Amino acid sequence: MSTILLIEQVLNGLQFGVMLFLMAAGLTLIFGVMGLINLAHGSLYMVGAFAAAAVAGVTGSFVLALAAALAAAALAGAVIEIAVIRRLYAAPHLDQVLATFALILIFSEGTRWLFGSFPLYLDIPDALSGPVTLPGGIEYPRYRLALIAIGIAVALGLWWLTARTRLGIRIRAGENDREMIAALGVDISRLYTLVFALGAALAGLAGALVGAIQSVQVGMGEPVLILAFVVIVIGGIGSIKGAFVGALLVGLTDTLGGLFLPALFRLFMAPDAATQTGAALASMAIYILMGLVLVWRPAGLFGTRAA
Amino acid sequence: MIRENVLNAGILLAFAAVPLWALWADEPFTITLATRAAILALAAVGLNIALGIGGLVSLGHAAFFGLGGYAMGILAHHAQTYAPLEIGPLTIAGTKSMPVIWITALVASALVAWVIGKLSLRTTGVYFIMITLAFGQMLYYFAISWSAYGGEDGLSIYVRNGFPGLNTLVPIQFFGLTFAVLLAALVLFAALRSSPFGLALNAARQAPARVAAVGLDPARLKLVAFVISGAVTGLAGALYADLNRFVSPTMFSWQLSGELIVLIVIGGVGRLMGPVVGAALFVALEHWLGGLTEYWLIALGGILLGLVLFARGGVIGLLTGKAGPHV
Repeated sequence: MSTILLIEQVLNGLQFGVMLFLMAAGLTLIFGVMGLINLAHGSLYMVGAFAAAAVAGVTGSFVLALAAALAAAALAGAVIEIAVIRRLYAAPHLDQVLATFALILIFSEGTRWLFGSFPLYLDIPDALSGPVTLPGGIEYPRYRLALIAIGIAVALGLWWLTARTRLGIRIRAGENDREMIAALGVDISRLYTLVFALGAALAGLAGALVGAIQSVQVGMGEPVLILAFVVIVIGGIGSIKGAFVGALLVGLTDTLGGLFLPALFRLFMAPDAATQTGAALASMAIYILMGLVLVWRPAGLFGTRAA
Repeated sequence: MIRENVLNAGILLAFAAVPLWALWADEPFTITLATRAAILALAAVGLNIALGIGGLVSLGHAAFFGLGGYAMGILAHHAQTYAPLEIGPLTIAGTKSMPVIWITALVASALVAWVIGKLSLRTTGVYFIMITLAFGQMLYYFAISWSAYGGEDGLSIYVRNGFPGLNTLVPIQFFGLTFAVLLAALVLFAALRSSPFGLALNAARQAPARVAAVGLDPARLKLVAFVISGAVTGLAGALYADLNRFVSPTMFSWQLSGELIVLIVIGGVGRLMGPVVGAALFVALEHWLGGLTEYWLIALGGILLGLVLFARGGVIGLLTGKAGPHV
């Protein structure tokens, strides 16, 4: 196996990981602050991707498309928070699961009704298309490198927001003791709407960015949502740092597992059977990782409480 | 307001009457729909053991449904290709016999439920929901990448498997068989719920610390409930695969796990007949609304939101005027 292939796969894993982080960060914030499990987070990812594809189709501008994705997802998030989600904060988890499952049905079928069943395509902007040559003569797509950079920038931005701003202090206070900060005069329901819209915007951004390398279609959000759950379980619910580490672990395990496991089984099995067993196990690798973390630390790597 | 016992009897009579009417009116498709509803109800009765009595919100029960389906698919596939199944030194002949397939489905899903339960029950609440969902998805991707049994395309079985003394290809006979299995599962659910085990489990849902204080192990109670629950859902999967004569990875899909929860909640969580009412209404809505518009799931989403926000306790709760079941 060549070093070039290995480095490429590591970069792919990082790129996949940071995009998962954008999803997982929103989910973990919403869970940490409001105690809500939001299955419809994948729908917000889809809303972002469709908004981007629609705006890019009309204007041809990728920057406008990204802005539209952020705005549409944040708006959709704020609307469902005000209309539905805020009635669920005190409800049992079963009701939250059910209501957000209902939202998925409404979003998915609504999008299918608006845009049809055929996938849309979002083009990579010219400035970011084509390969870039890395030190060591490795050619790697410029757009995927840009995704890694954006993901890391968002992670830093989120860290700054939660650790250094007034809004961040309120968010952390809300995680610890919501009655107390409400008593101190913070408008808690506005804070909740804001946090929900922020999480939604991150999901929408991820949808638009990934939409340019995959196709934009109904149902694209749920596989990513479930991976984001795995990330949160590994990292620990409510922890943004945990979401970041968990996302990179999942991203790298997934891409490197697909590379190494078939090769590993070829050492002691017939090539044909090895490829099959390896591929089957590689598809399960991240869940096995999750199982191991659970056995070792049931509250996740950075989790402070077993929710 | 109607008493729940009277209502339950009425529901079962109506459920059995619809296919009999369809037989008289010569509408075989209605019999197939009723069979589908009975099988989905059976799967949801299984989930209701974990969810209704034990309070375990499992969003991964499609794992067991799919396992049951593949137990049928793999055994029948080996029987129809006359190639025995070889696992290391073991050689197992395929079979077309339903009782053998059912036992395999029950055992396989119970074993997997034990492993998944052992891991996921280390946590509670929201973690449990996400972890069961993830394990369900793991089996889904495993089924897709396992090309020996059709991978993404699934497996077709040409002739429905046989049951001694019945011709399962006749729709009404197959319905009778599934309805009998459903009745057996309902009897099991009722017996479990009022048994010492069920009472302890119910207590473990409400106050685990107190249950532990009287010397019972809540984690163990929940694990046993999860295993029984998974096994019943697995049996439903085997029947469902036989109804369609087809298994594919979609039987493992997370939407199916979500729908099983939806069935229970439509009817009423923890109610004996909740899953039956839910499944019958779901299949009826799917058929009726699905005939009106391609986008019927939007309407289903709206109905669900209404149920969650305004009618906790489901249809049975509305009809009996009691929001929660008492045990």
